Amino acid sequence: MTETIAPRPGTELRRSAHIQDYGIIGDCRSAALISRYGSLDWLCWPRFDSPAIFAALLDPDRGGHWSIAPAEVRSIHRQYIRETNVLQTSFDCSPGKAVLTDLMPVASEEFKRRAPLPDHEITRQIECTSGSVRVEVEYFPRPDFGAGSAGLRARGQLGIQAQVGRGVYWLRSSAPLRILEGKRCHASVVLEAGQKLQFSLSYCDSTPAILPPLGEWTRQSIAGSVAWWQAWAGRAKYDGPYRQAVVRSALALKLLTYSPSGAIVAAATTSLPERIGGPLNWDYRYCWLRDASLTVRGLLGLGYHEEAGDFIEWMLQATRLTNPELRIMYTVYGQQAPHERELKYLCGYQNSRPVRVGNGARSQLQLDVYGEVMDAAAQYAFYGGDFDDDMRKTLLKLGNYVAAHWDSPDEGIWEPRNGRQNHTHSRVLCWTALDRLISLGNKGLLNHAPLDSYRENSELLRRQIHDQAWNEELQSYSNVLGGSELDAALLLMSWYGFEKADSPRMQGTYRAIRKHLGAEHGLVYRYRSDPSEGAFAICSFWEVEYLALGGGSLEEAHALFRSLLRFQNDLGLYAEEIDPASGAALGNFPQAFTHVGLVGAALSLQEREEGAQQLPHRPERAANRSAAVEAHA
Amino acid sequence: MNFASWLLWGFVATVANAILLHGSQGLGLTRLNLPYILGMAVTPDRDKARLYGFLIHTANGWLFSLLYVFIFESLQRTSWWLGALIGIGHALFLLVVVFPVMPGLHPRMASEQHGPSASRMLEPPGFMALNYGLRTPVSVLVAHIVFGIILGVFYHLK
Repeated sequence: MTETIAPRPGTELRRSAHIQDYGIIGDCRSAALISRYGSLDWLCWPRFDSPAIFAALLDPDRGGHWSIAPAEVRSIHRQYIRETNVLQTSFDCSPGKAVLTDLMPVASEEFKRRAPLPDHEITRQIECTSGSVRVEVEYFPRPDFGAGSAGLRARGQLGIQAQVGRGVYWLRSSAPLRILEGKRCHASVVLEAGQKLQFSLSYCDSTPAILPPLGEWTRQSIAGSVAWWQAWAGRAKYDGPYRQAVVRSALALKLLTYSPSGAIVAAATTSLPERIGGPLNWDYRYCWLRDASLTVRGLLGLGYHEEAGDFIEWMLQATRLTNPELRIMYTVYGQQAPHERELKYLCGYQNSRPVRVGNGARSQLQLDVYGEVMDAAAQYAFYGGDFDDDMRKTLLKLGNYVAAHWDSPDEGIWEPRNGRQNHTHSRVLCWTALDRLISLGNKGLLNHAPLDSYRENSELLRRQIHDQAWNEELQSYSNVLGGSELDAALLLMSWYGFEKADSPRMQGTYRAIRKHLGAEHGLVYRYRSDPSEGAFAICSFWEVEYLALGGGSLEEAHALFRSLLRFQNDLGLYAEEIDPASGAALGNFPQAFTHVGLVGAALSLQEREEGAQQLPHRPERAANRSAAVEAHA
Repeated sequence: MNFASWLLWGFVATVANAILLHGSQGLGLTRLNLPYILGMAVTPDRDKARLYGFLIHTANGWLFSLLYVFIFESLQRTSWWLGALIGIGHALFLLVVVFPVMPGLHPRMASEQHGPSASRMLEPPGFMALNYGLRTPVSVLVAHIVFGIILGVFYHLK
């Protein structure tokens, strides 16, 4: 999509970026967000959850940024190079044109053993492709979410150095950068057709820094990264509908994985608001077991078994410190997420205060997590993955915990901060946890499992949900036992195998959710709130899945899916929520939850189209898959 | 050097050290499992890794106890506090030097620079093995102090 704009200085444009104006680059250890106006406005190094050095996303004045853009811009078009996470932004700046390429270089482990690479690096290159273009560069790092000052020093040919805490940032540039007041760098360069400027920003906090050369090395680095990502995307075993959107989602999900441990973070950002100007601003740079388990399902469905296996191993190892209780979120190394605190000096995205880091929901009890984790583990096993003794013991401990605690109130999937209730969705997921353990036990994958106890509790759960969660007046399952409100998460009841999609009760629940939680353009609110927040993007994809599972016709499911594709940004990325009125993205970005919803919906559509047996977590289908895996091997 | 005394108490100290490390893992104080990490260096089979790792860890403990014995012999004295002191040095060496460089030595351990390739590898321990839990340094320190105390109390100088 090309955006045409009145000619304005690029530096002014920088300040007008919205959430959907951002693209993401990353190396599976950290990520950066770059606006369509060429400004890098979000970067946390060395990890996703480290303090940001660029946070203009949350405060254009204090946050810090690194912009590279033509001085005058008429129109902008951007894209990822095909099936990669290498971002290209094309500026038409009559009389010339320029292309900005942004990436975090990636390489195979074998290549890294042969060539020393910086621990963390961003490469940026702007090339004039026709006419002449004046390019403005502004480098304004602000450590610790804008609280600190970088103290820039020119080191001659080596570049600009900024010592921050125990780490050092090096900016190398082929443009002549001028340091202003020791805090920011600026350059203004006229490029003629064929000329380019190259930049490398690197960070190191453990050894003497490696300073990568520019020129040919940068060209090779870009080419190598493109090849790596294309090879990775090429592994996707998916030839169903909407392949382009599915592969983009897989690439976005991959960017949110933390390779050294296998963890998957929920989003790359903190405090992007669920309501503009409101306080619903949370830090999502941690690993939510629920989100990550859903991601595993998507990765397995697309054939990324190694990534899924990494996460399962991480999950079962990382949660040992709290076993058999599960926290809802962990850091990428399995520690409890930090306490929540507010950064009062930041104005927040479009004045949405407060900006928060850490997460206050870290101590919540959300029993649905057990079901998600168990379902992910079961699918991993059904797809041919194996458990060692410790993993089996961990699963059994979790199962025994569920059998003993499923009747407790909890905070539930949506993390409200107003106390615990008996959430129907949590009960369904407790049933799911026991159901998957029974399936694993029946397949001989869990020795010594107390299957009779699991069966007994599973039946008690089923009866309780049937008897107490059904609301005759609404003709729908309700959000809590004996409740009269709705919850869009109940659309998943069919996917988990609790109730068939075409059963009268699920049909009634679907109609009630559509009637009471439905928004414009086929969008869905997760629950009713006042004042309202945006429509919750994954809930709409759950609706597609529900329709594809037999809750509606294939045509209805496709129509809704196509409608939802209109709300992705021009790069194919989604935030957590969508403003039904304007279509604008709301909440943290990009959001794994939404992309995994897209992948899941597409997989369900594909299965429906092929007439394949649905619900891939069911043992019958799993047996077929395992046989297929063995045959393939 | 008292060979028999070293053989006996070096083994006992190693077993005590293994019990403390395993115990702290079992109690949820740390995710560090040294035998498992050592075993994974020789086999990708996780169940066998525990067995091989235990054997390697025992051999390592025995060998390391030689160092304690050499120090006792060179000073011509043994005592619980001398053993504890060497144990502290031993633990600090592991935490500050060995664990951080382990990703470079271990064929199946990812480094902090790993990615974006899928790992299927052990996560790196990080500085003082803090990635395995904030109490890991305490657990390692205690296990090695006890290792040193056993040797300091029971080893008999020749």
